[in-house]
Amino acid sequence: MKLPPLLLAAAAALTVQSCKMKSTESAVGGDAAARTYVAPGKYDELYNFVSGGFSGQVSVYGLPSGRLLKVLPVFSVNPENGYGYSEETKPMLNTSHGFVPWDDQHHLALSQTNGEHDGRWLFANANNSPRVARIDLKAFKTMEIIELPNSGGNHSSPFLTENTEYVIAGTRFSVPVGNAESPLDNASYKKNFKSTASFIGIDKHSGHMNVAFQIILPGMDLDLSRAGKGPSHGWFFFSTYNTEQASTLLEVNASQKDKDFIVAVNWKKAEEYVKAGKARKMATEYYHNTFNEENHAATSEIIKEVLTLDPEELKDLVYLIPCPKSPHGCDVDPSGEFIVGSGKLAALIPVFAFRKFVKAIEDKAFEGEYNGIPVIKYEAALHGEVQKPGLGPLHTEFDGKGNAYTSFFVSSEIVKWSVKDLKVLDRVPTYYSIGHLMVPGGDTKKPYGKYVVAYNKITKDRYLPTGPELAQSAQLYSIEGDKMQLLLDFPTIGEPHYAQAIPAEKLKNQSVKFFDIAKNKHPYVAAGEKATKVERKGNQVHVYMTAIRSHLTPDNIEGVQVGDEVYFHITNLEQDWDIPHGFAIKHAATAELLVMPGETSTLKFVPTQPGIYPFYCTDFCSALHQEMQGYMRVSPKGSNVPLKWHTGGTDPTAAVAAK
Amino acid sequence: MKQLRYLFICTVAIAIAAAGCGGGQDKAGEEKAPASGTPAADNNAAASNAVDPKGIGKFRDVQLTHPLDEAMAKKGLEIAEVKCTSCHKTTEEKLVGPGWKGVTDRRTPEWIMNFVTNVDEMLDKDPEAQAMLEICMVRMPNQNLSDDDARAVLEYMRKLDGKN
Repeated sequence: MKLPPLLLAAAAALTVQSCKMKSTESAVGGDAAARTYVAPGKYDELYNFVSGGFSGQVSVYGLPSGRLLKVLPVFSVNPENGYGYSEETKPMLNTSHGFVPWDDQHHLALSQTNGEHDGRWLFANANNSPRVARIDLKAFKTMEIIELPNSGGNHSSPFLTENTEYVIAGTRFSVPVGNAESPLDNASYKKNFKSTASFIGIDKHSGHMNVAFQIILPGMDLDLSRAGKGPSHGWFFFSTYNTEQASTLLEVNASQKDKDFIVAVNWKKAEEYVKAGKARKMATEYYHNTFNEENHAATSEIIKEVLTLDPEELKDLVYLIPCPKSPHGCDVDPSGEFIVGSGKLAALIPVFAFRKFVKAIEDKAFEGEYNGIPVIKYEAALHGEVQKPGLGPLHTEFDGKGNAYTSFFVSSEIVKWSVKDLKVLDRVPTYYSIGHLMVPGGDTKKPYGKYVVAYNKITKDRYLPTGPELAQSAQLYSIEGDKMQLLLDFPTIGEPHYAQAIPAEKLKNQSVKFFDIAKNKHPYVAAGEKATKVERKGNQVHVYMTAIRSHLTPDNIEGVQVGDEVYFHITNLEQDWDIPHGFAIKHAATAELLVMPGETSTLKFVPTQPGIYPFYCTDFCSALHQEMQGYMRVSPKGSNVPLKWHTGGTDPTAAVAAK
Repeated sequence: MKQLRYLFICTVAIAIAAAGCGGGQDKAGEEKAPASGTPAADNNAAASNAVDPKGIGKFRDVQLTHPLDEAMAKKGLEIAEVKCTSCHKTTEEKLVGPGWKGVTDRRTPEWIMNFVTNVDEMLDKDPEAQAMLEICMVRMPNQNLSDDDARAVLEYMRKLDGKN
């Protein structure tokens, strides 16, 4: 049969179209829209905290809508609200190597009590300049950042124990301890490079972090980690790669062995050794930055020593379990009995049983030692293997019904399998190249379940094209039925790695609405317009300024000279929710301030030329927001214009000699 | 939230402009009493025809003391200087909000207490509060005064008005 060309083309087009529609239909069920629709004015069911990857920040989405609620500045400066620019927040980003304005943020952990999310704090890791941050979940604010000594690539972090006793920080990039210089070759790596597992102790009440002790391990890459729970509480498990100990071309050289290790650390034992004085005090230097809620400002403290433990000397502290091959995820199921290693280059998923692991130690079922650390026989600790699950397994989460969900980067899919009998139950495609995945509470003793979210590396044709750089994405699937069902796609900021989610009920009622002005202990607070003033101390000029709808006081300032360091200390006098005021001044080489109600924040400006410098409120606050403006007069250096300031005609006006 | 408020204020502003009153302070002052013809006022007129001189809120019967409580008035002054005097002068002069001189004669004690503790509902529903919004054009911020704070500020206002 011959068809006219035009008809043929039409038929082809029809085929293509019907094909596409069919695949869309099969991928997204008919009620997906209804199940993710959150009507205007309604709240989402869950808060979803998503790591920002190379953005350095943490984003907060609502689930199931996928609506972006907030971007929390953590490891990168944020000109949008002045984080890292204001005098109060600059110390948060101090490190032993100076002020660092950026990092690569990979993993998040919500604090836990009895193995369940308790809604108090969120911990975040920085991969590049090794640090861990604590975010307060009442104010949604980064309160603390601690640096890790003897670390490189803080990747297997900030996973935590079931009562938040410790947050972990393990090195992806081994480095010589003490940051000593060393030649770069494989022999030098084997001899000098060490990986370290730092246990950050968390104060039960304040959440304050301190590096309690570090376990010095042979040089290799500690990739990811999980604390034991229930029966395995007291242990921490790390996945490793590059147990070949190569310093170059790891793509090939770290893929030589068929098995690397799960490193099992007995941290209760470590505590005993520390108590018994078996830890070594080592001189070092690292920063601990804390934001003070009362004076609305951060300070940096330099810590000069760390306690280290050596597992080559202290036996029964660390054991190694062989794990195929270059494992990435290392995940513990809700019962605490099973440990899942996801070998990126393995064609199966090994599942280890904690009970068998303990027995193997008792029976001394070792196959040898690795750098002085006992290696347990693979079969002795093995519960079983999931056969032919997919290509490139990365991470596993759990639903609390005995099922596991593993992400597969190479075959772009999520595979559901049964922990008990290791049978594959279901698989769904992801679009495309999934990295992490997250079941709400899926890392706890009591998963919330209901959804699994895929965090994808590649989006290609999923959204309108935006040049060479495309958004990365999250995909929401229902796991309520036997079959997983795709419900929603939404683009994310930066590159999402691991994420956490918690029922909104656990957080929303504790949210801070404003800071009590009566409790503001900032040294430069102006609690009321009567307290506003301008003071000169040498070449420093301190402006005690207030903001309220809709004026700044003082709004006319004279007597400032070229080269002066002018500090605008802005106190927002508002005592109501959702009324921040902004502050910016022309030609200031810094970002704006966004000052929350009851808070004081400081912008530093050093004018380089005489003239008139307008300043204004940057956050639309009222009908007369446009009127919320003022002027600073800057005179040449040595000018005799006296320092004076005012707002309105009859307000307190003061004048003092310029010098 | 802010957008909502802006929208509301815009609506009122447009309504005022339509009513032919876009003028200065004096004109606005004259507009105070009628305050009808705006959509917001219409809604409220329908909701509650009778204007309650005590306003809307939990304060229905505020007990005043004679002579006034000097200690409480002093506390009221301290609170006012942090939370109020950025926008209110103690004279008759309007700054952002109206001057406080004579306020305890213009308003009942209950209305004052309800307004400063229940700001948003009062601005949304109370005809007198709405009339003031049309003059001032900036919603009075909710400064989250506690009941005791509000009572102390009221005592300070009474002192300013020479009450005893």
